[in-house]
Amino acid sequence: MKITYDWLKDYLQTKNSENQLLDKLTDIGLEVEQIENTSADLNKFIVAKIIKTEKHPNADRLKVCDVDIGKKKLIKVVCGAENAKENLITIYASPGAIIPKNKMEITISQIRGITSFGMLCSEFELNLSEESEGIIDLIPTKFKKRIGKKYFNNNISNLIDLSITPNRPDCLGVRGIARDLATAGFGKLKTSKPNKIKFIGKQKIGVKILKEKNQGCTAFGSCLITNVKNTESPKWLKDKLTSVGQKPISAIVDITNYVMLDLNRPLHAYDADKINKGIIVRNAKKGESFKALDNKEYKLDEGMCVIADNSGVLGLGGIIGGIRSGTEIQTKNVLIESAYFISRSIRKTSKILNIDTDAKFRFERGIDPLSIEEGLIKSAKLIKDICGGEISKIDIQNTTKFKETNIKFEIELFEKISGFKISNKEILKILNNLGFEIKNDKKFLRLKVPSWRPDITQPIDVVEELVRIHGYDKIKKIDPIKVRSKPTLNKSQKLFHFLQRAIASKGYQETITWSFTDSKINDLFKFNMKNIEIVNPISSDLNVLRNSILSNLIMYINKNLDRGFKDLSFFEIGPVFYGSNPGEQKTVIGGLRSGKVSRSSWLEKERNVDIFDIKKDVIQTLAESGYENLKISIDEKTPSYYHPGKSGRIFFNKEKEKVVAYFGEIHPNILKKIDIKTEALIGFEIFIDNLKEQKKSLKDQKIKYEISDYQKSERDFAFVIDKNFKSQELIDVILDVDQELIKNVNIFDIYEGENIPKDKKSIALNVTIQSMTKTLKEEDLEKINNLIIDTVENKTGAKIRS
Amino acid sequence: MSDLKKIKEEFLSKLRGNLNLSEINQIKSDLFGKNGLISLQFKKIGTIAEAERKKFASNLNILKVELQELINSKINEIEINEINEKLEKEKIDITLPERSFVRGKIHPVSQTIDEISSIFSEIGFSVEEGPDVENEYNNFTALNTPDNHPARDMHDTFYLDQNKEKLLRTHTSPVQIRTMLKSKPPFKIIAPGRTYRSDSDQTHSPMFHQVEGLHIDKNINMSHLKGCLNYFIKEFFEVDKIKMRFRPSHFPFTEPSAEVDIGYKIKDGKIVIGEGDKWLEILGCGMVHPNVLKNVKVDPEKYQGYAFGIGIDRLAMLKYGINDLRSFFECDYRWLNHFGFDPLDVPTNYRGLSR
Repeated sequence: MKITYDWLKDYLQTKNSENQLLDKLTDIGLEVEQIENTSADLNKFIVAKIIKTEKHPNADRLKVCDVDIGKKKLIKVVCGAENAKENLITIYASPGAIIPKNKMEITISQIRGITSFGMLCSEFELNLSEESEGIIDLIPTKFKKRIGKKYFNNNISNLIDLSITPNRPDCLGVRGIARDLATAGFGKLKTSKPNKIKFIGKQKIGVKILKEKNQGCTAFGSCLITNVKNTESPKWLKDKLTSVGQKPISAIVDITNYVMLDLNRPLHAYDADKINKGIIVRNAKKGESFKALDNKEYKLDEGMCVIADNSGVLGLGGIIGGIRSGTEIQTKNVLIESAYFISRSIRKTSKILNIDTDAKFRFERGIDPLSIEEGLIKSAKLIKDICGGEISKIDIQNTTKFKETNIKFEIELFEKISGFKISNKEILKILNNLGFEIKNDKKFLRLKVPSWRPDITQPIDVVEELVRIHGYDKIKKIDPIKVRSKPTLNKSQKLFHFLQRAIASKGYQETITWSFTDSKINDLFKFNMKNIEIVNPISSDLNVLRNSILSNLIMYINKNLDRGFKDLSFFEIGPVFYGSNPGEQKTVIGGLRSGKVSRSSWLEKERNVDIFDIKKDVIQTLAESGYENLKISIDEKTPSYYHPGKSGRIFFNKEKEKVVAYFGEIHPNILKKIDIKTEALIGFEIFIDNLKEQKKSLKDQKIKYEISDYQKSERDFAFVIDKNFKSQELIDVILDVDQELIKNVNIFDIYEGENIPKDKKSIALNVTIQSMTKTLKEEDLEKINNLIIDTVENKTGAKIRS
Repeated sequence: MSDLKKIKEEFLSKLRGNLNLSEINQIKSDLFGKNGLISLQFKKIGTIAEAERKKFASNLNILKVELQELINSKINEIEINEINEKLEKEKIDITLPERSFVRGKIHPVSQTIDEISSIFSEIGFSVEEGPDVENEYNNFTALNTPDNHPARDMHDTFYLDQNKEKLLRTHTSPVQIRTMLKSKPPFKIIAPGRTYRSDSDQTHSPMFHQVEGLHIDKNINMSHLKGCLNYFIKEFFEVDKIKMRFRPSHFPFTEPSAEVDIGYKIKDGKIVIGEGDKWLEILGCGMVHPNVLKNVKVDPEKYQGYAFGIGIDRLAMLKYGINDLRSFFECDYRWLNHFGFDPLDVPTNYRGLSR
């Protein structure tokens, strides 16, 4: 909502400064979004007279004018207007001026080799009218004495742009804002005398609101003004509209706009002679269409509220009028419409047709239903004053009668909510000034809500009005008490935080990427899931929710590789989605590592990162997070985006369906498709939701401390075993030989090649044996030694290597 | 000259020479070995006349000790020299670079969430969560924002179906609804998380982060709200004084509603929070609307309280001097490295939020 202090002063008697106004507006919830200093810009537009014109030497259509701008010397201005001729009085924009239409700044510039010291303006360029042919031709008698003076009034006040919250339609008119300000003690509200007006005859154009299902119009007021002479608006009206950035068009249109901005009362003016027989307010029929004032043809849906005549649709009620019945400069008879449309209907229609107009904006927020007559009278009087004519009696058709809202307000509620007290006298004063009608019972007030406040429906809304006007700065501060009755984080939240930092501590940079991604990339990682499409994506490359945490990560790692970085470790912890219903998401921590380890090191031999680097990161993280005592199992079943031979699936115990993590090389096909250039790219995903909640808290885990002080022995073995045999299984077999005595099994060599059959491999391992109860004797050790060999040979088909 | 004197003179002079370890060991064995000169003298003791014996034995012992000590100190000296020589040889250029290390970093948004959680933890809030995909009811209707409400236009919503029933949550407020529906008052929670709006420029991105706050109990009023936020802002920005302004605003799910500005100034191109006469909007809040409480089966006659919503990214930008919101999500290695935090820097109450 754009206003000026000057316009506010039509309703407000005050001597406060503009800065005080700005503060007050903000204090009462009418947020000042922007101030545009229009007057300073407009100082550079000067009344000037062309003394001489010559053809531009280098351009046929241009003229070089000597212009009198009230200084001793004439200045040269290049101009392309046909009407630029000697003795024309016009408006000159000096260097530094900003052209209101296109916001271009005027500079001294060379135009085809001739220096032009400014510009001569058209009405169009100054937002004075739509006239763009030629430069302004000012009336000599009026302006010949003003040559060299500023064209625009010096005291045009700043344009104040307010951000009005959707609950305050009453402040979409200058008068409403003035009322709020006056209530808050900023000046005194001027009460204007009702306009006296002479009605002649009945409104002869019949109006009918059809009783239909979901009729969007509940009241239609109208007034016919005959024998008018439509014209350009007088200067005061043009100034008013331009001061808030509106474009003057013609007196009749300008008046309807002015009344809307002034009283928040949208009106529509019809050329009465173009209405075929009478007005019918009805639901649109299927297939109907009409051409609106924005020159677009709209196809209407069944049920949209239209204003029609016997020939068809004239306009969309409360949204936009049609070309067919629009007023023109030749219009002789005008029908003014002042109606009430239901916000739901307005909103629905404008959404479907994608139309946004000042009227629509107001009706969907709620117009004062009792302002129909006031709007008609004010506009009719102005039309008569400016365009002449006779005003008919006012006709108002209603389908439903407005019911005012009554609220029983317990005064105590104010303190209960706000935490502070104000006197009853103050309460009454505020409510009275806001327009409430009050009946004072002892403990409560019976309030009749003003018709222009559709937002106030219950006692809590009244509390807000009182706090708002009295001042939010009066709310006290009660310091919070430092008491915690519930743990801040639950176990899974603690795990989230722990994993996040555990992974970061292994050299990974945390990233946060969109929860959506490009379906083309998602296709590579969605595995057995379906794309979850966003109906209205912000761009076509962010069109699906991500099924995997790796899709965005791989794109961003690629971007960084393109920047010339090589050895990168990125991770993200966040949601991935497996369905479009709420809750069909899981929390995943995913990471990628690229490039090499110890690149160009003087100390170490460089090598590509490999899956055992990333396996270490995952296993270490799980151990650190408290899963060290769970039996970790690993198999080869991984999604298709991993290298099928170099990737693994981790689960606890034998619960294969609850995948704890995947790790592995990213499939070479994907690297090719995305065109990633790096020596190696390894990834992992940990599925947090599949990590069991630890039953024991840290304090319970720590209680039992058991160690053995008896001597431990280490024995080395080497087994020749099938090439495809999993080393993990071999370890498990050995551990199972004697769970009490065998403390650890460590593989220290894998060998294939000479002396080993082709389909076999040799696994060398070291077994730690220790008893909790005694020192083992040589024969005890020999016994367990043989047991290990026998068991392994029997269970796995391996042979001990001699 | 007695034998002892002879031995003494001979070997003292030998040991004075420049000897290596094996030469010394030879001397040691010549003296103390099985048939060493000193050992032989000891064997002689029995053959010496009784009157002389005691004196001889005493002299012999003195000589033995003297020679032994001399030998030991000689050995010690050589060993020390050998070690010193070895150390000298092993000397390396310790200014050569160490083994390279990689530092992981925590994203500033995550760090900020942890800071926020730590602050609210101290005053008794616990953390709740909700899904990123929401239904229309939880995101709007239950929050007193029915379908025809113009406030819905303030949120450019991403939808997942044509009927507009499933959407990406536009704020964290639906967590209020979920929390209150699943349990009974009092409620005292914060809910940080991802939120989504179809909007993109320097100050808007299609995904951003919010933290929701909700405190419902008997007699929780606007003074509690103001006190709580004042405390939070002061703690978060780690300043002693804060300038804070409550401004009336409108959110369908709170009544009365307020927007909160903090005072700041620009000094040497950097933003200073808590001083100056400029205002910056940082959050929205208000008393939970009775309609919302009714929607979640909480009796507004008995219970009341406040809610707030804070833009996490925005707070992080202010605190850490980050200019462009979009850079949070662009994953530029240089940016992450510069603005990220060490994983060991966990914000806690006792260590403080930051170093």
